[in-house]
Amino acid sequence: MVSLEEVREMEIPENVKKRLSLPFEENFYAGHTACQGCGAALGLRYVLKAYGRKAIFTIPACCSTIIAGPWPYSAFNAPLFHTAFETTGAVIGGIEAALKAKGYKVKGEDGIMVVGWAGDGGTADIGLQALSGFLERGHDGLYIMYDNEAYMNTGIQRSSSTPYGAWTTNTPGGKKHFLERRHKKKVIDIVIAHKIPYAATASVAFPEDFMRKLKKAQKIPGPSFIQLFAPCPTGWRSPTDKSIELARLAVQTAYFPLFEYENGKYKINMPSTKKEPKPIEDFLKLQGRFKYMTKEDIQVLQQWVLREWEELKKKAEVFG
Amino acid sequence: MDYKPIKKVISGNYAAAYAAKHARVEVVAAYPITPQTSIIEKISEFIANGEVENLQYVPVESEHSAMAACIGASATGARAFTATSAQGLALMHEMLHWASGARLPIVMVDVNRAMAPPWSVWDDQTDSLAQRDTGWMQFYAENNQEVYDGVLMAFKVAETVNLPAMIVESAFILSHTYDVVEMIPQELVDEFLPPRKPLYTLTDFDNPIAVGALGTPADYYEFRYKIEKAMEEAREVIHKVGREFGEKFGRDYSQMIELYRTEDAEFVFMGLGSLMGTVKQAVDVLRSEGYKVGAAKVRWFRPFPKEELYELAKHVEGIAVLDRNFSFGQEGILFNEAKGALYNTDAKPIMKNYIVGLGGRDFTVSDVRKIAENMKKIIESRKLDREIEWYHLKR
Repeated sequence: MVSLEEVREMEIPENVKKRLSLPFEENFYAGHTACQGCGAALGLRYVLKAYGRKAIFTIPACCSTIIAGPWPYSAFNAPLFHTAFETTGAVIGGIEAALKAKGYKVKGEDGIMVVGWAGDGGTADIGLQALSGFLERGHDGLYIMYDNEAYMNTGIQRSSSTPYGAWTTNTPGGKKHFLERRHKKKVIDIVIAHKIPYAATASVAFPEDFMRKLKKAQKIPGPSFIQLFAPCPTGWRSPTDKSIELARLAVQTAYFPLFEYENGKYKINMPSTKKEPKPIEDFLKLQGRFKYMTKEDIQVLQQWVLREWEELKKKAEVFG
Repeated sequence: MDYKPIKKVISGNYAAAYAAKHARVEVVAAYPITPQTSIIEKISEFIANGEVENLQYVPVESEHSAMAACIGASATGARAFTATSAQGLALMHEMLHWASGARLPIVMVDVNRAMAPPWSVWDDQTDSLAQRDTGWMQFYAENNQEVYDGVLMAFKVAETVNLPAMIVESAFILSHTYDVVEMIPQELVDEFLPPRKPLYTLTDFDNPIAVGALGTPADYYEFRYKIEKAMEEAREVIHKVGREFGEKFGRDYSQMIELYRTEDAEFVFMGLGSLMGTVKQAVDVLRSEGYKVGAAKVRWFRPFPKEELYELAKHVEGIAVLDRNFSFGQEGILFNEAKGALYNTDAKPIMKNYIVGLGGRDFTVSDVRKIAENMKKIIESRKLDREIEWYHLKR
């Protein structure tokens, strides 16, 4: 096997370099402990590619705590601070303040990136207050919410980012048909309500789009936020080789549309803007977590998806 | 100690703010709460007036985030400071463990305030003492001067042993009461407290580290032991730093328990913080009336001054422990600790616990006299009337 050091020192032929759409550099080590087909691990790999080693990561309680490796190991070729569940926004605010007090350049072309990387539970639920504080105070940092739509690390419990109709271990179906009955919380809308300079959604199925957004988040001063759709085969009861397909279908069905909010302007950036969204069932049927849904349940979810999609298109039209 | 101090008549809270300024703190993350608020107001004023350089003030949205932001800042190598009281300190609890576990020498001023309900903003030590197991050092100030001196020493001790430290002062009795404080010229503070040399920092991009990763049962245990080793080391560091402070600035803090007129004392009053000022005054009165009494002011509650307590306990017949706090289902917290520390020794003074001043109830010289009369009877009869007395209770 080729070591990471050897990979780093490899000469890339110019003709190959030209064809690469992502940085060649790897800063996320093999040997991390993610499950097969993990969307979060893929996301981390891209973020570490984007910022090289000049980023300080903060990770609260979530799958990535474990993925990064136990003491004394780290799968990150960048500094990493593990913190408590609800504190990501506050800790990255503190890191940024310290960097500024010490005279470091933060954000921008050659500046240090301060990155918070938290799951949907750590963002939409317990971490929402600290996130709001981080956004409102205008810290120069990036908060990435990797959204796998439940508390996967604790064993698949529903979060406020879990979609309607999903099975989780505390919405288990059963005789009483006890499923998730709330629609997915629109964290990105809460973020945008802070009127920050840059917010975006992204998907592991569209790495070039994600990379472009990461670069933009680096360039634009002030707080940035990216909500990254990250499939979880373990929690979604889906085949491990279907993660990318699922992430792509989430976009194509308009269940998880890709868009940017930049200085007050909305821009939808997805391949399917002009086409009609695919039926939500295409996304649902590959996943065991939706197997308890009745036809009526699916209808409820479908209507919600289309309503939200229309709303987003309107926003892009009016504030485009 | 050839220097000219800067004398100012200031509150305990301003003393804390000036000390933070003189310590050249780099990040302050704080949230307002009575009676702490004037500390961070004063620090904001320093910034507004251009009196401080390179100080980042983060006006967080809660105390939990205040401590979290201090943790992020301290892990990045900055000297971080915050202040809080009661409910705010309780909200921070989780992150207090985080600060010591990540070995970050954050310094915080806690203005002792009673825990609600019922709502109270007045003096009570239960808020800080309830945090005794979080791995923070705790220093209790008797007066505004000790608040100022305590903050400066705390940074030095904390940054030597890589553990956080809490400076505790009384609500209103110190926080809002004006008194003369002798401050130290900046260049002398700089000499005493040079810039922080962090154990690690998150800015080393060539040798990136992960802090706080999962510790399996095979490793976690040793992490805890190392914190305790640092606490043990802190005793020596406190003696050394306290002595150095005395040599340089004329106020000696080498002893973790300050003894007042205890040489030939039959019994002593023991307690924490500002109430010991009242006790010292009472001791003078009682001495003039023929009582052989003294006072033992516990300056550092964590690490606990076991050896100094033993040395004292060997030579007295009784100790009246005055607790402005209570651990429900047991007894006053200082009493509990002091009794426990002496159990395996040959020192067996009669010990009685007086619960005084909870929620800011006035505690005066005449109260100390009543307690002295009671203690004298107990010692003469060699019979403890009761172990714990709720001294002020309305009958």
